[in-house]
Amino acid sequence: MLNILWPVFIILSFIYAIISGKINEVNNGIFESVADAVELSITFLGTICLWNGIMEIAKNTTLMTKITKMLKPLINFLFPDLKNNEIAKQEVSMNIVANIMGLGNAATPLGLKAMKTMQKDNKKKDTLSNAMMMFIVLNTASIQLIPTNVIAIRASLGSANPTSIILPVWIATIIAAIVGIFFTKILIKRVK
Amino acid sequence: MTNVINYLSNAAVPGIIMLIIIYGLKEKNKVFDTFLVGAKEGIEIVFKMFPTLIGIFLAVGALRSSGLIDFIVDLMSPLVELLKMPSEVMPLALLRPISGSASMAVAVDIMKNYGVDTLIGLISSVIMGSTETTFYTIAIYTSCVGIKKTRGILLAALAADIAGMVASTIICRIMS
Repeated sequence: MLNILWPVFIILSFIYAIISGKINEVNNGIFESVADAVELSITFLGTICLWNGIMEIAKNTTLMTKITKMLKPLINFLFPDLKNNEIAKQEVSMNIVANIMGLGNAATPLGLKAMKTMQKDNKKKDTLSNAMMMFIVLNTASIQLIPTNVIAIRASLGSANPTSIILPVWIATIIAAIVGIFFTKILIKRVK
Repeated sequence: MTNVINYLSNAAVPGIIMLIIIYGLKEKNKVFDTFLVGAKEGIEIVFKMFPTLIGIFLAVGALRSSGLIDFIVDLMSPLVELLKMPSEVMPLALLRPISGSASMAVAVDIMKNYGVDTLIGLISSVIMGSTETTFYTIAIYTSCVGIKKTRGILLAALAADIAGMVASTIICRIMS
């Protein structure tokens, strides 16, 4: 997908910049963006190593099995292919739990770990497995209990009621997740 | 109420770290050694992700700085009307799946200009809270294990995003 979108975005941007006389802005803009990517990676290096380490501790305790048990019905429904892969199920559960609690910093490294585990059982190494597809869609749906970042921004901009968005966010997220799961189930059946 | 929620969300991360460490100690694990094993794996994940991140940021940087993204927003205004979304929110809706930091910046900009508690401000907030940086999430999740064929997962994720945004708009319109 990105093999098509990526060059199209870049080439169209350059052409548009030439037409609108913004080539100088683009020249600066791309290098600023690349510098941003480096900065973000350095931040990531800290948070991802931290959470990977903490979750490694959690994985070696009974805490993980307890959480996984709680989420079992949901996981079995969404990931029928992970039936016999206990480690993958645990990591997927932990990622979902981290997402729900709004721990974006923890959810991503956990999610990447789960992807690694699922890749071990993936028959076609260059193609997403069914479980991976469902997992990615859940992660793009942003299921979270309290949208802390947005609330913080609203408060800082002087909102009379910064937390008033919590309920609408829940409803919107659930609708988005259901639509995502529905389309993914179709893709799993149709696209091999 | 706000204070309680703020306190809870601030205490969540330290609380969870503490809980996990105490659990590890209770079950007599070598917690520091275990921590190091996990942290080492983290380095590997970031290294694998780094090239993708550069690539994505290059494209997003070009889109934004050339002004092409604004042009696309104008083009799509009929569609926006169809979705009953205020056109002021459109740049946010388009940027949201592509870039987390850019869309957050746009959301702040919108809320500053049109008010936090207005319909436009509310819709922007709910969109930010209920959707994710889809392109980026798919890119890092697939690239960390070297996957090239994604079986159209982007379509399902974008469908979810659009549903989330339309739902955000409708709910905020009902609320206010």
